Amino acid sequence: MTDVPVLQVDEISVSLSGRQVLDHVSFDVRGGEFTGLIGSNGVGKTTLLRTILGLQRPDSGRVLVSGMPLSPRSRSLGYVPQKIVVDPDVPMRARDFVALGLDAHRYGLTRRSPQQRELVERILHDVDAERFADNRLGSLSGGEQQRVFIAHALISQPKLLLLDEPLANLDPRSVQDIVALLHRVARGYGVAILLSAHEMNALLPVMDRIVYLTGGRAASGTTDEVIRSDVLSQLYGHHVDVLQLHGRVLVVAEPGQDNQDIPQHPTLTLG
Amino acid sequence: MFSGFMVNAWEVGTMVAVVGGVVGFFVVLRGSAFPAHAIPNGAFAGAAGANLLAINPLIGLGVFSFGAALGIGALSRRGRSDAVTALALVMMLALGAAFLSLSTQYEPQIFSLLFGEILGVSSSEILPVVALGAVCIVAVAVLYRPLMLTSIAPDIAAARGLRPQRFEIAFLIVIACATTMTVPVVGALLIFTLMLGPSAAAQCFTNRAGRAMAGSVAIALVTIWLALACAYESNWPVGFYVSVLSAASYGIGRGYAAWHTRRQVRATRESLRRVALTN
Amino acid sequence: MHVVFESGFFTSAPVRTALIIGAVTAMVSSVVGVFVVVRSQSFAGHALTDVATTGGSAAFFFGLSPLLGFIGGGVIGAGAMDLIGVERERRRDLATGIVLGTALGLAALFLYLDTTKGATTGATQQLLFGSIFTVDPSTVPLVLGLSALGLAIVVLINRPLLLSSLSAELTRARGINLRGVGVLFMIAMAVSVGLSSIAVGSILSTALLIGPAAASIRLTKSLHASLMVAGVLGVATTWLGILFAYDSFYWVPSSQGLPVSFFIVSLIFIAYLMSGLPFVRRRFDRPPRANSAGASNQASIEALEVGA
Repeated sequence: MTDVPVLQVDEISVSLSGRQVLDHVSFDVRGGEFTGLIGSNGVGKTTLLRTILGLQRPDSGRVLVSGMPLSPRSRSLGYVPQKIVVDPDVPMRARDFVALGLDAHRYGLTRRSPQQRELVERILHDVDAERFADNRLGSLSGGEQQRVFIAHALISQPKLLLLDEPLANLDPRSVQDIVALLHRVARGYGVAILLSAHEMNALLPVMDRIVYLTGGRAASGTTDEVIRSDVLSQLYGHHVDVLQLHGRVLVVAEPGQDNQDIPQHPTLTLG
Repeated sequence: MFSGFMVNAWEVGTMVAVVGGVVGFFVVLRGSAFPAHAIPNGAFAGAAGANLLAINPLIGLGVFSFGAALGIGALSRRGRSDAVTALALVMMLALGAAFLSLSTQYEPQIFSLLFGEILGVSSSEILPVVALGAVCIVAVAVLYRPLMLTSIAPDIAAARGLRPQRFEIAFLIVIACATTMTVPVVGALLIFTLMLGPSAAAQCFTNRAGRAMAGSVAIALVTIWLALACAYESNWPVGFYVSVLSAASYGIGRGYAAWHTRRQVRATRESLRRVALTN
Repeated sequence: MHVVFESGFFTSAPVRTALIIGAVTAMVSSVVGVFVVVRSQSFAGHALTDVATTGGSAAFFFGLSPLLGFIGGGVIGAGAMDLIGVERERRRDLATGIVLGTALGLAALFLYLDTTKGATTGATQQLLFGSIFTVDPSTVPLVLGLSALGLAIVVLINRPLLLSSLSAELTRARGINLRGVGVLFMIAMAVSVGLSSIAVGSILSTALLIGPAAASIRLTKSLHASLMVAGVLGVATTWLGILFAYDSFYWVPSSQGLPVSFFIVSLIFIAYLMSGLPFVRRRFDRPPRANSAGASNQASIEALEVGA
């Protein structure tokens, strides 16, 4: 059974208010893999993640989780949304929010068992959040909240963790910390990760596979398979160059190209 | 003060405070003050209509408050929820005005439906209050955890198959239930203020949800007991005392929170200075 | 002719006053209301009517001019809400609720004291529900003047108002005092709401503030168009409601008639429900003219609708 991918996205097309956002997008995520969903802003990454979660109905195509269509009660997917604003007035400790990951779907009041409480402690330790576990969720910084949300998603032991732009709005140091943390917990918990980002360079050391999204279409494979001039040129519909500089990747469009997806700069880091 | 009709007032007041504290915790958490005002205030029209048809006012109240909950919930899907709530409220009030103009006796009744007449509660009115109050508390207990997640992080809740819209409607129905229970005996004003001030105050004192809920019940109880005693002594309306005391409790809560923050900031600054000195 | 306009409709002085006062308050409320709805301050807008009513009942008790009570109550209430906090949406909601609860408590006290004084039977009824037919003609000039003031404030600060409801940071970056804009708007709202609740009652005041604006925002895409549609809708529903109320004296056996607020609110409610119907929206949804209504306003209204 191990060769059934955790996630199969099969020819998904989505239109939002008359505009085609995703056009026959297909890719797989295998168990335990770290996959980066890369594309510039507004290219449909959030829409794709929402479609995978069943929050957006696709016009055509299907999503399979461990070979089965997604059921709303399934807890094999964990999700960390792009932006959560928690009011500092909300009386909830970070610790309690993580525990809510265990039983938020349960009706009624049941006491949490000692094993469950131990699990909360362990996961707080694993995401390095013990320091601020007793502070209010709304009073934490962006990076601290990110860890708490990751812990909340991980604690129900999903097979796949979806993260929507977790690195946006973080300083470079925090970006490194979160990437390292995700890499560590993915190994430790045996969970596959699908992470969307507009900037791939921070992820290059840990990504097993990449899904490159532009103009509603996607190319997927290992980084070396996808980040190549011929693959990306075909995706963009015109010629682009890929440069490797000091371990960073630059995707470069020809000047004067009239294409919406690539701004008119001689060099462009994608993104 | 503890005899005859006052015993009924103490009993009903206590029950209302418990329900107000429990439901109010989520009213404040979700920022639902407007529906918590609109449903009780508009539902008086149902009682006026029932009066006109000579049926039990409880039925009229129930129909209007549950109708309002479902209507606000359904219309909010497609429009701005605060504008929808305002329109639902004025529509109910306008119907109430029409009902009142058709009936012959109005003035004292409007007054008691809006501002309450807890000192005149009869023994036969206690049973429905207790029964509906118990339904509210059980409903909140059942919904507790999913409602918590949908209130704090609706996106995450939706991804876990908990539809925020459905929980919004479920919660509005809980408010409608609390309304039906309390408006005929204590008035729309009392339940609204008891759901707001004490809960908001309690959330200033603790970081933990369970304790905040317990605290909001405790503050609501103190508020209503004090208000009853004051009203008994002074003969002024209970609603006045309840609203002023719950606003005062919120003021104290905010004051405590400000003092607490300042103390923490000072402590941090002290420890930083000490570190700087030792280096 | 007599089928529609019952005899005496045009010759009755109260009707003429009602038509004038109704049109003015509807116009001002609808225009202010567009900003109220765009800024998601419907709760505050409604609460201020009740707070103004408290001011009215206090003025009743102390023997002051009711108009002073209504407007003073509204402005004090707006100040209190701002003091508690309006910067975060959840706290804004709470601040409004706390002020509203306190005001209603005070209203309960004043109304109780009024009735124990025994002099003012019908005070509750009149304060809560008002009637456009009982407006004193001598207050008309004052109502007109203060309406103009409220309107002028809103027109003066319309751009910062719209911008700050889109993005607080963007507004601050332009050197605009966010708090000042908010306070000014609350005062304008308090004045217009206080006026309309004394002129047409607190129910109608909220209805005219929120209803036409909410409907017109669903139908139009630019600020100018929604102001126009809201104004027209407000005046039309008010006049039609007055006509129905007048005629209803002849419909109902008790010959007492139905309250005018019932008719106007019902018409507004129906208009709002219809504004959500697909075929109504399509009819309004014509492609925008290139030079109309300022591109920035247009974009902002669209953005706000997407967020709703």
